[in-house]
Amino acid sequence: MNKIKLTIMDQMAQVAREHSKTLAPLRDDLVLLESGLDSLGFAVLVARLEDTLGVDPFTAAEDAVFPLTFGDFVKVYENGARSANAA
Amino acid sequence: MAHVARTLRDCISHAAPARFFWDRSAQVSVNHLAHGTSLGNRLAELAGRSVVLATSSQLTAALALVELDGVARRLTILPPDTATDHLGELIARAEADAVVIDDGTPDRPAFALPVRVACAPAIVPAEKRALPRLATEWLLLTSGTSGVPKMVAHSHASLTAPIGAGRRLDGLVVWGTFYDIRRYGGLQIFLRAVLGGASLVLSSADEPVAEHLARLARYGVTHLSGTPSHWRRALMSPAISGIAPRYVRLSGEIADQAILDSLRAAFPEANVGHAYASTEAGVAFEVGDGMAGFPASFLDHDRDGVEMKVVDGSLRIRSSRTASRYVGAQQPELLDGDGFVDTGDMVELRGGRYVFAGRKGGIINIGGLKVHPEEIEAVINRHPQVRMSLVRPKKSPVTGALVIADVVLRTECSRPDAQTQVKDDILALCRAALPRHKVPVAISVVPSLDVAATGKLSRRHG
Repeated sequence: MNKIKLTIMDQMAQVAREHSKTLAPLRDDLVLLESGLDSLGFAVLVARLEDTLGVDPFTAAEDAVFPLTFGDFVKVYENGARSANAA
Repeated sequence: MAHVARTLRDCISHAAPARFFWDRSAQVSVNHLAHGTSLGNRLAELAGRSVVLATSSQLTAALALVELDGVARRLTILPPDTATDHLGELIARAEADAVVIDDGTPDRPAFALPVRVACAPAIVPAEKRALPRLATEWLLLTSGTSGVPKMVAHSHASLTAPIGAGRRLDGLVVWGTFYDIRRYGGLQIFLRAVLGGASLVLSSADEPVAEHLARLARYGVTHLSGTPSHWRRALMSPAISGIAPRYVRLSGEIADQAILDSLRAAFPEANVGHAYASTEAGVAFEVGDGMAGFPASFLDHDRDGVEMKVVDGSLRIRSSRTASRYVGAQQPELLDGDGFVDTGDMVELRGGRYVFAGRKGGIINIGGLKVHPEEIEAVINRHPQVRMSLVRPKKSPVTGALVIADVVLRTECSRPDAQTQVKDDILALCRAALPRHKVPVAISVVPSLDVAATGKLSRRHG
């Protein structure tokens, strides 16, 4: 498994713990809104990932992106990391 | 008492086309309210009283509001997240002598009032009884205050003024709201549904987004309203594809271009509009051109009875839609000498449009919940190793903003490992003392913080 995905999984578990939420098993087809994190949880997750991965692909993107599944979410970061490296 | 032109119940007709209020567990035929009651035939006991609306569900709140407008002398609407600690003070300020509850209302000592009436999501025929018609004073709670919320006085007239008579829409209208109708933004949607002869889909406490969206789809929602944060969350649900509203409305937070464009793309057939409103200032304007901010020309002249001006960067509003005052002793003035409400929302002129640039006094809006940085700083400053702290917003693509903190430590613990420990301690302190959205998402140790000539921390809009 790649580093970005592992980091995201770690951070999701961490945020869920801090917010006393139960995290669903993180499969690629898991619908994000059913992962156990609420809006505030995702906001915190995106901020933490910006610190650890050095990129906030949601703010950086020209068009707003709304990933539906965990797999989509990871892809947004993988693509974000690629374009950050290319820049 | 002033002459009362119309009450909410006057907007209900037995002969009108069928319409409903729905929540997760019940469906109520609204037309039955014309000659029926959700209050077990006890409305007369509430006549002329100062009534606190403390139902647990939005549906019972909606039914009680229709019945109580024009009957209660004063109507205090408690939002679902009202802190138990504040109930006594709020009820005292409202001089309440009656409470409306439902079967989910928790038992609180503060609700031990002379009259206590239960509301149920079912309508029974009402005994015919003529009650005097009053101009009910509506008290709404603000979300922006640290400590006990402010109580803001509105009237049927001020609350319904933004809903023009010409706005009655053709065809079947089904309103939906991601907001709770016990706050100003959601109440506007409830009133639009009642006045416009429409049905209304309400959410239930803790209802998952996907289920709420599925119900909105099932009932054929045509008009749907929420904050930008509500909409961002909805756009992350596959269930969003089930709805096709004709009108998509945003308010309560800054609507940025990204969310407006995303909604335009998701609902190409819909009118996407963002409204500017606050509990104190009422609805000031609606923008329908799909662009963030509002045209500078809005400030040039009276628009539908609303006048606006910018003073020291902050938007001020005067209209018949604003609240009249804060209720209670030793409350600040709500209107300035000229009758304008200072919204505290800072605007900047960019290319012929005003765009919102944050809050005066540094209030931070996290997904529609307003946060005073000082409240969080006070908690952080309790830590013995903290000399001073500054809480400021960090932009978030999910909730608009989050809070982060800069702290200055006492010199003796500037070693990196000690710093990590102190940061963890501060976060633990915040988690114990504050709701989740007020806990800083990151803490930075800084050598110093700017203090302005006034002796106050410099707060710049980030």
